[in-house]
Amino acid sequence: MSSAERLERGWRPDLRVLGPLLALAALVLIGALLNGNFLSAGNITNVLSRSAFIGIIAVGMTFVITSGGLDLSVGSMAAFIAGLMILVMNALLPVLGAGWPLAIAGMATAIVAGTLAGMINGFLITTMRIEAFIVTLGTMGIYRSLVTWLADGGTLSLDFGMRTLIRPIYFNGILGISFPIIVFALVAICGEVVMRRAAFGRHAAAVGSNDRVARYSSVDVNRVRLTTYVFLGILVGIATIMYVPRLGAASSSTGVLWELEAIAAVIIGGTMLKGGFGRVWGTVVGVLILSLIDNILNLTDGVSPYLNGAIQGVIIILAVILQREKRAEG
Amino acid sequence: MKISKMTGAVIAVGALALPAAAQEDTKVIGVSIPAATHGWAGGMNFHAQQAVERLEEVYPQLDFVLATASDAGKQVNDIEDMIATRNIDALVVLPFESEPLTAPVQAVADSGAWVTVVDRGLSVEGIEDLYVAGDNAGFGRVSGEFMADALPDGGKIVALRGIPTTIDNERVEGFEAAIEGSGIEVLGMEHGNWNRDDSFTVMQDFLSKYDSIDAVWASDDDMAIGVLAAIEAAGREDIQFVLGGAGMKEMIARTRDNDPMVPANVTYPPAMIATAIELTAVGLTSTAPVSGEFTIGSVLVTPENAAEYYYPDSPF
Repeated sequence: MSSAERLERGWRPDLRVLGPLLALAALVLIGALLNGNFLSAGNITNVLSRSAFIGIIAVGMTFVITSGGLDLSVGSMAAFIAGLMILVMNALLPVLGAGWPLAIAGMATAIVAGTLAGMINGFLITTMRIEAFIVTLGTMGIYRSLVTWLADGGTLSLDFGMRTLIRPIYFNGILGISFPIIVFALVAICGEVVMRRAAFGRHAAAVGSNDRVARYSSVDVNRVRLTTYVFLGILVGIATIMYVPRLGAASSSTGVLWELEAIAAVIIGGTMLKGGFGRVWGTVVGVLILSLIDNILNLTDGVSPYLNGAIQGVIIILAVILQREKRAEG
Repeated sequence: MKISKMTGAVIAVGALALPAAAQEDTKVIGVSIPAATHGWAGGMNFHAQQAVERLEEVYPQLDFVLATASDAGKQVNDIEDMIATRNIDALVVLPFESEPLTAPVQAVADSGAWVTVVDRGLSVEGIEDLYVAGDNAGFGRVSGEFMADALPDGGKIVALRGIPTTIDNERVEGFEAAIEGSGIEVLGMEHGNWNRDDSFTVMQDFLSKYDSIDAVWASDDDMAIGVLAAIEAAGREDIQFVLGGAGMKEMIARTRDNDPMVPANVTYPPAMIATAIELTAVGLTSTAPVSGEFTIGSVLVTPENAAEYYYPDSPF
C-alpha cells in the first residue's frame, strides 16, 4: 500500500472496508427475520463449524492470491489427504491400536502430505516457471484421480472404533465452542498478524504488486511464492484433520469445488485477484457470507432449491460490487 | 470432477485385449460408461470391469474395449474412437445424458453394430437393439410405499434430493404419488446432490428448522450416511428412521443387522451394467435372442432378505 492511500484511510472511514461487512450484517438480519432458530446457539455452531474447512484453506489462499498466484488444487488435495490419512490410520491400527497415538499419526500424515503437496505446486510454479493456473489445474486432476483410485471408485472409511475416538475433534470443544471454530479463529488471527505485521506479509504483497520491483528491493521472490504455496498446503492438511472426524470417510466427491469457494471468499473479502493487496479478516467475512447463504436458503421456504446457485451468484457479485463502488467514491 | 478419469484402467484393459484381436472371427464389444465420480458410479465401474474380466475368460472369441468418461462430450469422443480404431461389433452404453449421446449412438447402430443401452434411454426410440432399463419411477414408488407402511398414522418427514436431473425428478414424482393420501406430510425437500457432505449440511439445517421430524427419505445411501451423522451429532430422538436407497453394502449390512434407524433399503443396482454386458455377449456368441427391453425393478430390502443383496467385494 502506498503511503498516500494509507494517509487517506486515516482521514475518513474507508467505505471499501465496509462492503463485505455490510453484506454480512444484511445476511444475518435477513436470516434472523426469516427464521427464529437462525440465531440459536445450535445453528450458529453448525454454520461456523462447517465454515471452518473452507475458512482455514481460504486464509492460506489469501496469501497465495496476494502474492499474485492461484491454487485450484486445494479441493482435490483435501480429498486426497483425507483418503491418505484414513488409509494410514487403518494400516497402522494393528500396530498402534485405536488410541490417541494413532490419531496423532493420522494428523502428522495430513500435515506432512499437505506440506509436500504445497511444495510440489510451489516448486513447479517458481523453479520450473510454469503458470500457477496450469500447474494447479494439473495437480487438481491428479489428486482427484488418486483419491478415486485409492478408494477403487467407492469410499474410504475409517475403522469404526477409531471414528468414535476422533469424532470429538469435529463435534466437541472448549467452553461450548467447537474445535473447528477454535482452530479456524486461531488460523485467521495468525494469518491476519502475519499479513499486517510480519515482513512476510509485506513481501507477499510486494511480490504480487510488482515482482520485478520486489526483486530489486532484494526480496527473494521465488522463496516468498514457494512459501505461500507450502503455507496453503499445510492449512489444507489442518482443514482435513478437522474434516475426517466428521463423517470418517473420503471419496471422489470429497472437497468438490472447495477451491472455487475459497477463491470466491478471498475475493469477496477484498483481496485483489491480480495480487498486491490481501486482507485476511475480509476473507473470514467472505467465508461466513458464503456459508450463511446456504444456511439461510435451507432454513427458508418459498425459494425453489433449483435457484440456490443463482441466489448465491447474485449475492457474491453484489458483495463485490458494493466494495468496488465504495472505492470509486472514496 | 471434470478431469478425474479412470484412464489407467482403460489403457490396461485395452492393452490386455490387443493380442486377442489377431485371432480370427474375433468380435469386439465396446463398453462406454460414466467415470466413478460418486459411490453408485464406482459400483457400476466395478461391476463392468468384473463382467469384462469374466467374459474374456469364458469367450476367447470376444474382445472388450472399456472406456469411462467424465462428461457427455468425452463419452461421445470415446464412442467415435471405438468405431474408428477398434471397429466394434457391439456397443454397450450407459449414456451420461440422453440428448447429446443420441446421435453418436445412432451412428453406431447405422454402421450395423449391435447397440445395448443401459439405465438412461436415448431421446429417440428404436435405435437400440436391447435396452436394459433401471426403473427410477419404481424406485420412488417403492420408497414411498415403504414410507406409507412404516408410518401408518401419517407423520412429518423431510426429503433429500439428488443432483437436479431427470432421474431425480422421476424418483421424486414416484415417491410423491405413492405417499399421496397416506397422511404423510413432507415438511421440506432440498438437494443433497447424492453427496455425504452436502446432505449432512442440509440435514443439520432441517434439524434447526423443524422441532419434530418423524422420518427422513434420504433417497440414496451416501446421503443417508450424512443424514444419520447429522442426527447423531444433534442428539435428536424424534426421528424414527432414515430410508436411503441404491443398496450400498454398508447400509445393507445395517439393515441386515436390524439397525432400527436403517430398517430398509430400495435397490437401484449398479450391477445392471453387468446384465447388459452379459446379455450382449450371449447375443453375439449364440443364437439365443436377446433383443427387446429388460427392466430391472427396484426391490425393497428388509432385514429378512438383506443378506441376498450384500456384495462384500463391491466398493459400493
